[in-house]
Amino acid sequence: MTGNHVKRRLAEDIFFKGMVCLFAFISLLPLFLILYYITKNGIAVIDWDFLTSLPRPIGEAGGGVFNAIVGTLMLIILSGVISIPCGIAAGIYLSENKAGKLASGIRLSVVVLQGTPSIVIGIIAYIWIVAPLKTFSALSGGIALSIMMLPVIVKTTEETLKLIPYHLKEASLALGVPYYRTILKVILPSGISGILTGILLSVARITGETAPLLFTAFGNQFMNINIFKPIDSLPYRIFYYAMSPYPEWHSFAWGASFILVVLTLVLNLIARGISVKWKTRF
Amino acid sequence: MSGTVSNTFQDDMDTQGKSIPGSTDRSEKRFRFILALCGSLIVLLLLAILVTLLVTALPSIKEFGLFFFIGKVWDATTETFGALPFLVGTLFTSFLALLISIPFSLAISIFLGEYFKEGAISGFLRSAVEILAGIPSVIYGLWGLFLLMPAVRFIEMKIGVAPHGVGILTSSLILSIMIIPFSASLGREVITLVPGDLKEAAYSLGATRFEVIKNIVIPYARSGLTAGILLALGRAIGETMAVTMLIGNSNFLPTGIFSPANTMASVIANEFAEATGVTAASLIYIALVLFFVTMIVNIAGTYVIHKLSIESSKEVS
Amino acid sequence: MLGNFSRVLSSMFVVFALICGSSVASASDMELLGAGATFPQPLYSKMFDAYNQQYKVKINYQGIGSGGGINQLIKKTVDFGGTDAFMTSKEVQSAGAPVLHIPTCLGAVVVTYNLPGNPKLNFTPDAVAGIFLGTITRWNDPKIASANPGVKLPDMPVSAVHRADGSGTTYIFSEYLTKVSKEWKEKIGAGKSLNWPAGQIGQKGNPGVAGYVKQTPGAVGYVELLYAIQNKMPYGSVRNKAGKFIEPTLKSVSAAANVKIPDDTNVSLTDTEAATGYPISGFTWLIFYKEQKYGGKAKDRAEALAKLLVWIVGDGQRYVEPLQYAPLSKEAAAKANKLVRSMTYDGVPLVK
Repeated sequence: MTGNHVKRRLAEDIFFKGMVCLFAFISLLPLFLILYYITKNGIAVIDWDFLTSLPRPIGEAGGGVFNAIVGTLMLIILSGVISIPCGIAAGIYLSENKAGKLASGIRLSVVVLQGTPSIVIGIIAYIWIVAPLKTFSALSGGIALSIMMLPVIVKTTEETLKLIPYHLKEASLALGVPYYRTILKVILPSGISGILTGILLSVARITGETAPLLFTAFGNQFMNINIFKPIDSLPYRIFYYAMSPYPEWHSFAWGASFILVVLTLVLNLIARGISVKWKTRF
Repeated sequence: MSGTVSNTFQDDMDTQGKSIPGSTDRSEKRFRFILALCGSLIVLLLLAILVTLLVTALPSIKEFGLFFFIGKVWDATTETFGALPFLVGTLFTSFLALLISIPFSLAISIFLGEYFKEGAISGFLRSAVEILAGIPSVIYGLWGLFLLMPAVRFIEMKIGVAPHGVGILTSSLILSIMIIPFSASLGREVITLVPGDLKEAAYSLGATRFEVIKNIVIPYARSGLTAGILLALGRAIGETMAVTMLIGNSNFLPTGIFSPANTMASVIANEFAEATGVTAASLIYIALVLFFVTMIVNIAGTYVIHKLSIESSKEVS
Repeated sequence: MLGNFSRVLSSMFVVFALICGSSVASASDMELLGAGATFPQPLYSKMFDAYNQQYKVKINYQGIGSGGGINQLIKKTVDFGGTDAFMTSKEVQSAGAPVLHIPTCLGAVVVTYNLPGNPKLNFTPDAVAGIFLGTITRWNDPKIASANPGVKLPDMPVSAVHRADGSGTTYIFSEYLTKVSKEWKEKIGAGKSLNWPAGQIGQKGNPGVAGYVKQTPGAVGYVELLYAIQNKMPYGSVRNKAGKFIEPTLKSVSAAANVKIPDDTNVSLTDTEAATGYPISGFTWLIFYKEQKYGGKAKDRAEALAKLLVWIVGDGQRYVEPLQYAPLSKEAAAKANKLVRSMTYDGVPLVK
């Protein structure tokens, strides 16, 4: 009787563990399928020509995504230039002011901004930038993406700086080093790995964003480096090619996806490398 | 320009040793002011977004008011706008996605937080989940178009419903894959936080691991798991590209899981570029609603996490 | 002044300034922006590619649908729009200034489908209306079968797909159905975006519809002829007013276009009287403001646009036929040319 009871409980235990392992690994299945498809279909089209030539007219063979790669890089730089200084400064403010009305207001705003759907930010950038400037532009796309980067940078900066021991700051201040110099020369450098990681993660987050670009950066079949003109980007190209009926464009979509995924993976890897290697231990 | 910058920098270096109290004070103030300014900028940004949405949506809010939420007809030709089909479409896809993803994200959380905290397998699984979180939405959509869509169509043919291939189910499936990493990573963290002495007490009473997980770990980590689910829900509600590519873009109330529909985000993506007047205002009204819904979900999720961290710090002390 | 931090900040501003600077430097090579109809997009992308090679002027055209083209022109975010539906009086009103339409080519809206074996099908107007009204739900419906003796139609569900964006292709198609089907006229009507029957799939742009039909067995949609041809998709012949089943071709579209064209070129070609004419065809237009001095637009930009438009209705017409669109008739081309010549900048004609 008791033996059976114990047996049943043990069987239950093993069954549960089996189920947990099973479900955990089933959830990996899509990942492998996605990576497999991207790699298989992507590598097949990627060659020098694909990386360095411009799109051809509809229905004509050949062409590449050079303008989209350049566009994506430009958007990253633009949004970074806009959001990184402000994000880090706000992060420092939060780590220096743990309580207070403004601080909690900022924290709340960061949470809300981080959760704001990307399409809403796209609309905002259209209303703020595209409509008044009377043109779709790389700038409007960059601003939309910078709004998405901002909360990530603020949050990681705050969290990193919070972990830096107080005595470091005290020691610096005690030596008569001015406050701002303490922050910039002592606190920031100690947290640099965390902040850089945050920046890279936020870049990885926005690199693949498409929705905010639909009504802002707009797309361009030509090469463009003017930030006041529409610009192409990898995610937009993928969307455009994926929805088309042309098999060659489908394979181009996979090729562009491969480039995009490699880009985000490399960013993630570097971020992780930095956070492990440069980590200042206390 | 860069010349002057390096000059002031140089000057700055020179004054370092001399330390003029007045100037340090002033620069400290200025420094704090810049920090506060950048911080307030974020609050202002959020307020500006809110005000912009409110003002531009006003024509529609005035015209339809709260009937907007119960109106079933979305028709640009007669300028009748009711957002119910999109509200239902959004909630339907998001909750279905959540339902599908919970067993998997819970399994990953328990696997990583309880069974295999360290080691090669868990490291592997952990990075896999991270990669999954990093794949862009549009690529999920692309993959869904060429793999998920034919698969769903195959099922639809087998059971004899209209074989669209796209619709609620297809979108929910892709969403569920996309949100697993969100609830799983938070779930792992809270499960790892469950105090060892509680579990050991249960083990010493002869409980099996399953019983410990069921009766100790899950109840203890409950609020954290809820927070993870809330954050995943927020993500699912706002997701645009993959859903737009797979939902079938029908402006009607969905009739079942195979029916084509539209979510709040996808209808904006489809129609915003061509919308004028009241149509545009109505789409922005939808954006406003979307903004508020995700805001509430995210604040609730963060609140739960916050409470959690306070509780756990109390227990430590 | 604030050490490292300000150095980082200022170096970022330098980067920013450099980007802006390079932008200004590159702004000298002209680039025009257009958006709208996907119906003629394959032709435009070919034309603009050729134009860029010849005149070194980049013309960025994005297919966002005719509705989008009209709206973005009204909001003045583009230099020109593309549409297959003439602007409504309400749209002209909200544009606030006279807008010119110049026809660029003619095309056919074809009913394309995906069936096993891809048979050539004939459609009666009733069958077309029934499919998109949702009253014909299976492919072996007598309404389809009766026009196709000798074709074995499968017992498959019909999955009709329409445009999710505001579309001139939809306008041509629905305007035709309004003329030939009373039920359609009462229930749905004509327009760029319609109140479609429930349960139908919507897709973005001609490419989106073609892509979905191509991938989905049993699906049926309406696209411009070239999209079907380029993708080797079957398309049906449609019975015209004279009672003949006409296959959409360059010739049958030109036959339908053989009508008197008014000075503003606003003319409908659907449900043509011509015995050999395909009944669902139409012009596609480029739209732009008559007075080009608005919103701080530079004169050279306006001149570049005028030059392009003259080229499109003249020399550029040689690219039309190879892509299976029908070129403008002499009369239409002359009227289009006259319209372009009425463009002004600050009251002065742009084309001499």
